Formats: sequence, C-alpha cells, structure tokens
Amino acid sequence: MAIGGSATIFASGAEAVITLEGYTIIKTRIQKRYRLKEIDETLRTARTKAEARLMSEARRCGVPTPIIKDVTEFEIKMEYINGTALKNMINPLLARQAGELIGRLHTCGIVHGDLTTSNILFKDGKLYLIDFGLAYLDKTVEARGVDIHVLFQTFESTHENHDELIEAFKDGYSKTFRNACEVLERVKEIESRGRYA
Amino acid sequence: MKISILGLEGTAWNLSAAIVDENDVIAETTATYTPVSGGIHPREAAQHHANHITGVVRQTLEKGGKNINAVAFSIGPGLGPCLRTVATAARALALSLEVPLIGVNHCIAHIEVGRWKTPAKDPVTLYVSGANSQVLAYRKGHYRVFGETLDIGIGNALDKFARSVGLSHPGGPKVEELARKAKQYVPLPYTVKGMDFSFSGLTTAAQESLKRAALPDVCHSFQETAFAMLAEVTERAVAHTGKNEVLLAGGVGANLRLREMLAIMCEDRGVEFYVPEKRFMGDNGAMIAYLGLLMYKSGHSIPVSDSRVNPGFRPDDAVVTWR
Repeated sequence: MAIGGSATIFASGAEAVITLEGYTIIKTRIQKRYRLKEIDETLRTARTKAEARLMSEARRCGVPTPIIKDVTEFEIKMEYINGTALKNMINPLLARQAGELIGRLHTCGIVHGDLTTSNILFKDGKLYLIDFGLAYLDKTVEARGVDIHVLFQTFESTHENHDELIEAFKDGYSKTFRNACEVLERVKEIESRGRYA
Repeated sequence: MKISILGLEGTAWNLSAAIVDENDVIAETTATYTPVSGGIHPREAAQHHANHITGVVRQTLEKGGKNINAVAFSIGPGLGPCLRTVATAARALALSLEVPLIGVNHCIAHIEVGRWKTPAKDPVTLYVSGANSQVLAYRKGHYRVFGETLDIGIGNALDKFARSVGLSHPGGPKVEELARKAKQYVPLPYTVKGMDFSFSGLTTAAQESLKRAALPDVCHSFQETAFAMLAEVTERAVAHTGKNEVLLAGGVGANLRLREMLAIMCEDRGVEFYVPEKRFMGDNGAMIAYLGLLMYKSGHSIPVSDSRVNPGFRPDDAVVTWR
C-alpha cells in the first residue's frame, strides 16, 4: 500500500501507517474493519487531533518531539527524526535520560498514554518522544502512574535487566518532576490491581 | 508407558476433575455452581465445591483412573475459599494415591490447553473470563502480560451490567443475544491506556445510558466498545512482539461477536487466529491436568507443605520450565 507517488511505507504499526516523503513523516490512521464505523471514525479523528496538539505542547515544555507540518482528518505530516528506538539500545544511562524526559512531560500536564521503548528515539545524544496517538492532558497521580506502569511493563516484557532499568528511570524521573515520589508509589499500587483477589 | 495426570479445577464457579495423557482427555467430570440470585458468592461456591468434590473425583477415577502419575490443581489465581477447598482435596488425593502434587497457574493452563488443542505454537493470547482479562505472550521463561484490565474483568463487567438490568447470572450470553436485536449504536466511553484497558467506567456509563436508549442498543454498544478495546490491545501486542498467531482463551471467548472481531483483525494483519473447542475455553479440569502433565515432564512437583494457594498468582510470576 503506497500513499502518494514517491512515498514509501516506513512502518506499519497497530493503528497507523507511516510513510516517509523526503524528510516528512506522514502518519495516517487506518480504518479498522473489526470495529463499528462510528467507533472507528470517532477514535481516529479524535486521536489525530489530540496527537498533533499534544506533540506541540510537549515540545514547548522541553520534551523533544517531531515538528508538525500539517494536520487533516486522519493524517499528520511531521518532521522525520532519523534516530534509533530505545527498544534496540536501552541501557541504564538511557533509561535515566528517559526518566528525565517523562518527568518533564508530566510536569507539563501531559500523559503519553502509550509509553513503550519503541516510542522513545535516540538521536545525536538526545531523546525524542514520538507517537502521541493516545496522549491526553491529565494531572492526576493515577493517570501518571498508569503511564509509567505501561512503560515498566515494556521494560519487563522485552528487556532482561529490567530491574536496573526501572531504578535508573525512577532516578531521572525524580530529578525533573516534583511529585515523582507520589506517582512512583502509585505505580506499585497499580501493579497489584486488576487481578483476581 | 503413557503418563497420565489427574487435574482439579475449582477457582470460581466451575468444579471439574479430569484425567489426561499426552494425546487426549481420558475422563472429565464437572459440577457447576449456579447462584440462586446475584453473582458468584465465594463462600457459597466453595461450599458447592466441598459438597461435590468427592463425587466428581470418584466418577473421574472410575472412568479413567489407572496409573495416575501425579495430581495437579489450580493453585491460583482464584477466589480464596474455592481455591482452598479444591487444594485440600488435591493434597489428600496425592497423598492417598502416593503420587506427586503439582500446583498450576490457572491462567497459563488456559493458554497451554489452547496450544494443545489448536495448531497454535507461539501465540499472543487474549485471555478473557469473568475475573481475568489479559493479553499474554511467551518470552524467555515467562508468559508476559502485555496488557490487562486496570479494574474488573470483561466477564464481570458484562455480568454486572446484566444483573443491573435484571438478567440472571451469567449475564454475558444474554447480553450477546440482546445485542443481535439492536437498531443503533449508543456512544460509550472507550478506555485504552497504552496496552491496558478498563471496563468499570464503561459498565457505569452503559447503565446510565439506559435512561435514554433501548436495552438491545446498549447491549450492542457495550459489546462493540469493550471488544474493540480488547481487539485493539491484542493487535498492539501482535505488532509489538512480531508473533504471527493469536489464541483466544477463557469463557468470554464463547462470544461470537468477539471471535468475529478478532478474526477480522487477524485477517487484516495476516496472522492466524485460533479458538479451541468450547469445552476447553471456560474453566475446565482438562487444562489443569494438561499443564500438570507438562510440568510433571519437566520435573516439577511441590511438597504438601509448600502447596498453599495463591489467590493473586500472576501468570508472569510463574516460571515456565516446559518450553
């Protein structure tokens, strides 16, 4: 599936197709046949809009994100960050840096909603946060806790030395976010929930 | 010489004993607890299990009880009183038969029976039951949880909603039937947070929306919303892990609309979709016996003194030694 003449499929995630045109990334939210049209279109439009808005907001708060070039119903055009996913190069030092990054994001009142090591890119000594598709504004301890819980799950599910990474992340997070302690406490509590008891 | 294992399941509503060997289920006997009114009452369910366990075990042994190599039982997760009742029976049985005792993780038994009874080899599993809703996949010695409910299981959500509108337990199948008569969709909150989902807000909103919408429409919208959330997270896990199979497990897997949505998702992603026979989807003794067999072959057993049940036993805490 090619979108536009010279575009090449760059990545095909669970919910969007990413094409690369020169130095522009085009993220198109694709239709999901399995869900009702009403649900599908509402989700895709709302997520596209929210994503563009929150990416710009995050950058203003000191969290590097790709620069937005254009937004339409199901499509965002943005700057291409030619970096490496943290998933493929994670170490405690970078986990700490990621903690600082998310600390700044949370200070800003934004919750990413899909924090994984695939959504943090490393380029020229700097970390970039991408894929704000499920991001939203929320200053509650709960929302922030879930955000971090989700990231820790990817540490645990895809990286062997996850305990070390989690500790390094917590360090960084506590450095840039004042309420870190409270949120990290909540993460523990969230882990113990959603279970048969 | 064939290995045969006797398995006991009784984590919640269903009491079931089965004997399996490597090829098939030799015998299975089941006694189901049905609440007189309301939902599952843990103490009543445990009492039910206590009343029926002797008969269920005797019948199973009569049908296929020669040379049992070990007794396996669900050590968790589950309702405490039910787990303790069945564990007591399992210990007594292992001691009297003079065979090893094996405590198995109930969630993983759902996955393993699916790998046994379908062609799935290394799937992303969507496990949906009353109390559990999880997306799991195997990686390096553990079944990792990629996403799960942040509050209640999808089955409980459906049952709770059904009870609030006067439908008897279990409400899921009745909601499914009513949903087929729906004329329109009523917007309800869709809550996916990364890889996790939440059903309690949806349940409340569905109850509220009955003030302005017809019951079949709300049933339909409830299912469409909740199942889309499950399908979305399952798809994300498939994308993240790169696995090419999806396995559906657990009692809610009987829902045809859920199956249809997952089948479409898998077709569009180009991955295989597997659903075991219905008897292996809800809680059953065969799956416990079968996981017991896998664990027995890998040299696993526990002394009675270490066989305390664990109502909050997470599947990702279990060490997988058999694959």
